[in-house]
Amino acid sequence: MKKKETAGINPESKKELHNSKASLYAYRVIVYTVLILLTLLCLIPFYLMLVNCSWSNAEIMKGFHPWFGPYFFTNLKNLFNNKNLPLTTATINSLFLALINAILTVYFSALTAYATHVYQFKLKKFVETFIIAIMMIPTQVSAMGLVVFCMQNGLTDNYLILILPAIASPVTYFFMKQYLESVLPYEVIEAARVDGTSEIGIFHKVVLPIIKPALAIQFIFAYVANWNNFFTPSMLINKSELKTIPLVIAMLQNSSPDSFDKGQVYMLMTLAVVPVLIVYLIFSKQIIKNLTSGSVKG
Amino acid sequence: MAKKEIDQATLDRYNKGYEVSYLNLDSIGQFKRRQAVKKAEKQNGEKAERVMHHSVNYAKYGYYFLIPFFLIFLIFNLLPLMSTFVYAFFEYFFKLGGLQQVGPNFIGIGNFATLFTDINFWKYWGNTLIIWICCFIPQMIVSLLLAIWFTDSRLKVRCSGFFKAIMYMPNLVMAAAFGMLFLMLFGNNGPINQIFEALTGKTIFFTESTGWSRGILSFANWLMWFGNTTILLMSGIMGIDESIFESARLDGSSSVKTFFHITLPLLMPIFVYVLVTSMIGGIQLFDVVQIFTRGNGGPNLSTKTIMMYLYDLIKTSKNYGLAGAVSFFIFLITGGLSIIIFKCLVPSANAIKAEKKAYRKRMRWLNDGKGEKGGEVR
Repeated sequence: MKKKETAGINPESKKELHNSKASLYAYRVIVYTVLILLTLLCLIPFYLMLVNCSWSNAEIMKGFHPWFGPYFFTNLKNLFNNKNLPLTTATINSLFLALINAILTVYFSALTAYATHVYQFKLKKFVETFIIAIMMIPTQVSAMGLVVFCMQNGLTDNYLILILPAIASPVTYFFMKQYLESVLPYEVIEAARVDGTSEIGIFHKVVLPIIKPALAIQFIFAYVANWNNFFTPSMLINKSELKTIPLVIAMLQNSSPDSFDKGQVYMLMTLAVVPVLIVYLIFSKQIIKNLTSGSVKG
Repeated sequence: MAKKEIDQATLDRYNKGYEVSYLNLDSIGQFKRRQAVKKAEKQNGEKAERVMHHSVNYAKYGYYFLIPFFLIFLIFNLLPLMSTFVYAFFEYFFKLGGLQQVGPNFIGIGNFATLFTDINFWKYWGNTLIIWICCFIPQMIVSLLLAIWFTDSRLKVRCSGFFKAIMYMPNLVMAAAFGMLFLMLFGNNGPINQIFEALTGKTIFFTESTGWSRGILSFANWLMWFGNTTILLMSGIMGIDESIFESARLDGSSSVKTFFHITLPLLMPIFVYVLVTSMIGGIQLFDVVQIFTRGNGGPNLSTKTIMMYLYDLIKTSKNYGLAGAVSFFIFLITGGLSIIIFKCLVPSANAIKAEKKAYRKRMRWLNDGKGEKGGEVR
């Protein structure tokens, strides 16, 4: 509507409109070319990883493979039977740690966000500012103190030290708080109180079901972050039966890359990466939407 | 629940503004009521008579529910952070592979003196900076272009959801695995070299050259983060009122002009945010480099980052005093950068609000002047 109006007002705009149509077409060609190139750039490393994990070491050394080979299951079997890499336990450990940490992070972040959202108390403003402030501190900065703390209290090689800190997660708290502000009206809580529900009961029976979408997304993020976590576990875990997948990958660094069975190495990376990618591709729409809405508003 | 009589007195107080609402007074809590009473007192210029209410004090539950977070934070974050800072001023290390303990002995700023006179310490900062800049500048250019394209209403990029999903994907991949993957791909006999050899008959020793190693690490990092930055910038652009772009286009502004005179200034807060978070992230650069260089920051320590140095001090050489000093220094720098975020973000956000308000005012005036309905302008 608006376009036609302006075309009527301005006598030269008809010509301009034609020109702009041609330039728009050229513009589109450039845009799609760049987009496709960038997409390929993102996919190629993973494609090469998947292709190479289906070839044997000898075949990989011989030359480049553009397509999948027949050694996928051989590599998988060899990798899990490898005496030098505790991969079976590492997979179980990684799954267990990521699961329990994600549950703790999501539950307690929601509880903390609920506390600062619903209740009015003196220190509220201070608590909110404090949590935002500590969000910026890199975890690595306190790593040295944590290592000494574990050494003095015999907590090295103990999973408690990797699990309990998940309860205090400022970033997840921040997202939960934003979500609560957008969806939770006070009236719901009032109604539950009139029904005689206890305060913690309100949180469990009323609030958690309401914020289910946020819980799911934050669960995925927390799960992935824990699955990928490398710095802290590698400082605090030395026993091989307690190692997680990133630590097993780090074990490879002690030998020269030419001495690896490359089929197995590619397979190890596939194991570390593909489960996350599958979950991501299923939920990518919601994840991207959450990222777009959750970030700073201009 | 305390049951209350709604009598004439309460009704009077309500009409005067001393009561928030006599129906759901309890549920809002005493805090809000006190605030409302104070406000009303100010307005009426008189003291309200205090009336006892049998309302439940809910504030304590707020404290109860905060206990787990703060207890855990205190034990596993705050106390270690404090002890890190304290040990920064002590001589405290292990000799002979951890067998013999030296210290802790107080040595004042001795650790900092050792650090600041160590050429390698500055070299590690330099390495971190170089890798970060080589990642950040291309990332900013590409992400900005993508963000503009994805939000351009005239361009209407098809399958933008698909493109965004793929471009964000590397961000979720295990950084350790990503580093290992790049080590394999760019190895002396890796796929990249196999292709290159087939084409030219030569081999590039990527991991043995400073330039290539730094370049590959920057590239890997860029690949991991440009999708994330794109999404951040996109949400910034989408926060800008669409009608501003519309009117700029109707006024005959070219897309380049629109970008430099409208999009860029309005995006400033997001830029500062992206810049500073990226810098803080850059300082933490560890996983990819550690695995890619197999822990030694080779060749010739030219890719060893500050976090790898810290890792070595804690894990390998067990020099906790020096590690504390490095941590303290990193903390100061990240703290300073965070303060920049808050300082820059808050005033510019206000400026934008003011600008939007002024714009809306002008549009309303224009519309009223022409006698049109202002339905299109929010």
